[in-house]
Amino acid sequence: MNDRTRTLIDPIFVANPVTLQVLGICSALAVTTSLATSLVMSAALIFVLTLASSIISLIRNHIPRSIRLIVQITIIASLVIVVDQVLQAYLFAMSKLLSVFVGLIVTNCIVLGRAEGFAMHNPPGASLLDAIGNGLGYALILVVIGTVRELLGAGTLMGVTVLPTTAQGGWFTPWGLMALPPSAFFLLGLLVWAVRAIRPEQAEPLAEQFDGEAPR
Amino acid sequence: MASANPLSWWRGFLALPNDAPAKTLGVALLVALVCSLVVSITAVALKPLKDANRLAESAAHITGIAEIMGGGLPDTRFVDLATGAYVDRDPGTRTDLPRERDLAGLNRREDVATVFELRDGGKLKLVVLPVRGTGYQSTLKGYLALKADLNTVAALIFYEHEETPGIGSRIEDSAWQGLWPGKQVADAEGVIRIELVKGAGAGVHQVDGISGATRTSTGITKLMRFWLGPDGYGPYLERLRTEAGR
Amino acid sequence: MTDLLLRAIFTDNLALAYFLGMCTFLAISRRLETAFGLGLAMIVVETVTVPVNNLLFAGMLGPGALAWLGLGEVDLSFLVLIASIGVIAATVQILEMVLDRYFPRLYRSLGIYLPLITVNCAILGASLFMVERHYAFYESAIYGFGSGVGWALAICALAALRERVDESRVPKALRGLGLAFILTGFMSMGFAVFGGLKFG
Repeated sequence: MNDRTRTLIDPIFVANPVTLQVLGICSALAVTTSLATSLVMSAALIFVLTLASSIISLIRNHIPRSIRLIVQITIIASLVIVVDQVLQAYLFAMSKLLSVFVGLIVTNCIVLGRAEGFAMHNPPGASLLDAIGNGLGYALILVVIGTVRELLGAGTLMGVTVLPTTAQGGWFTPWGLMALPPSAFFLLGLLVWAVRAIRPEQAEPLAEQFDGEAPR
Repeated sequence: MASANPLSWWRGFLALPNDAPAKTLGVALLVALVCSLVVSITAVALKPLKDANRLAESAAHITGIAEIMGGGLPDTRFVDLATGAYVDRDPGTRTDLPRERDLAGLNRREDVATVFELRDGGKLKLVVLPVRGTGYQSTLKGYLALKADLNTVAALIFYEHEETPGIGSRIEDSAWQGLWPGKQVADAEGVIRIELVKGAGAGVHQVDGISGATRTSTGITKLMRFWLGPDGYGPYLERLRTEAGR
Repeated sequence: MTDLLLRAIFTDNLALAYFLGMCTFLAISRRLETAFGLGLAMIVVETVTVPVNNLLFAGMLGPGALAWLGLGEVDLSFLVLIASIGVIAATVQILEMVLDRYFPRLYRSLGIYLPLITVNCAILGASLFMVERHYAFYESAIYGFGSGVGWALAICALAALRERVDESRVPKALRGLGLAFILTGFMSMGFAVFGGLKFG
């Protein structure tokens, strides 16, 4: 697998931004009540991430150190405002469901993390691939959690009834917990557990290494 | 010669060491300028679409209610809530509500509200009032439609809420919404009496509460009392009654 | 007023009900001492930035806010995002300088996470919620303080739990992050109980 493909594929499974790098968690939990919102959020993030990384990578050689962070944030914030406006104009109902969380893409650690950690030191081509890869990794987690939460919480997927609920005369009693915040935490915890069981190298070292003292 | 100067000036600027003050300032200004242009152009270009969306959203609900009443498109009017008089526009200002009068848990209430009147040849047939209030865990937003006597409920529809799915969310069920038409909000003396009760409602002033959703139901009673009272549409409804009396 | 405060701390807890500030929340919650320090820093930044952003919105960005300049038709609310970040970045910068000067130990133990408060979704989120809910100035101050306290409370609680858990035998793949999520999930359920309380 050549370098370019690695840059693209790695973040999806091997170094997933959510489960390994612990980035972008906030929105991964908040907007996953349904598959549709998860998809729109993922699309918004991928859009901002790819453009931000590409632009920052293009001008990386001319950004003074002292204003580095704020320049990155300004570019990211501008892109997010554009996405937010576009959503309000073309997907109004969806923008209301996502409420402040589209705006919070500005502080999404993935975007700033990749800008600072990769785009500042790599050419635009590679930065673009890295951005797409991380975006897809994030999207994967959101889609998985969104699917589970909508399916078990309402019996639907993308609004289409898959498991007929008792309220509709069917057999499925929806799991009320799935519509509430704690379920997202539990699902993500279980997901991380599963990923690290499959790939033990991602598990964290024992605290015992620090002689019973809590790690510093 | 004139075209070479700006280009070589630009190249000179780029060639400056990144930490030079001139470059720092220049990059900062440039980024600020480009970003603000992009953002402003997008915002201004999309404003008509956004405004249309907002209007379409309320229009969709209103038309739905008007259809229940047998057609016709309602007029949108702005009403100053304190006096009940019509005004030209909504300045977007809000007033704080003192705790004891804030029945619906709103904290602040807009000074000018948008109402929808369905008139047939100048005579009022239906008035649709946006109402909202605190439910169990979210704000309930809906429309109350009153018939020409300004006392009989034509419909009460909640279009936005985040109440518990399967319990409080049953305010969206057509079965429950069907309990409202025909109920009367006030008695012969004009005292607001409409309320949700546990179990089945008896008489024209009571509506069945939703089992398991006590707080949602209480929230609805409170918001009805608020919006029909002196701090809500009370003054406006008074004006309409006086006008109809003439 | 008190019920706004209590709601901000418990029922509308930024971390446990709205999942804001998670990245820092999970990364810093291993030691109670550092979590407490970060919590304090968050309270200060929240209490300052939310009211300041409220003034900014009321005086410049909101619809009709520029009426005092004779530009009553202008609506700059689409700039709320970037203006809020500006205020937050400036506040954090000042806080950094103050901590470096007067509380160097805390400054060092917080390390990189102090400037990262700038991009902590909880800080920005509080300001965005303030705008969305049309809070007045005094409400913003209470809400800012309350949401900071709530977030600090959540992170300290989790840190205390994790310090204990670190001494237990946990399955390798569940260790650390996985268990932290599940613990937070239970805490979130616990805090949801506050929604049943009648405040005042």
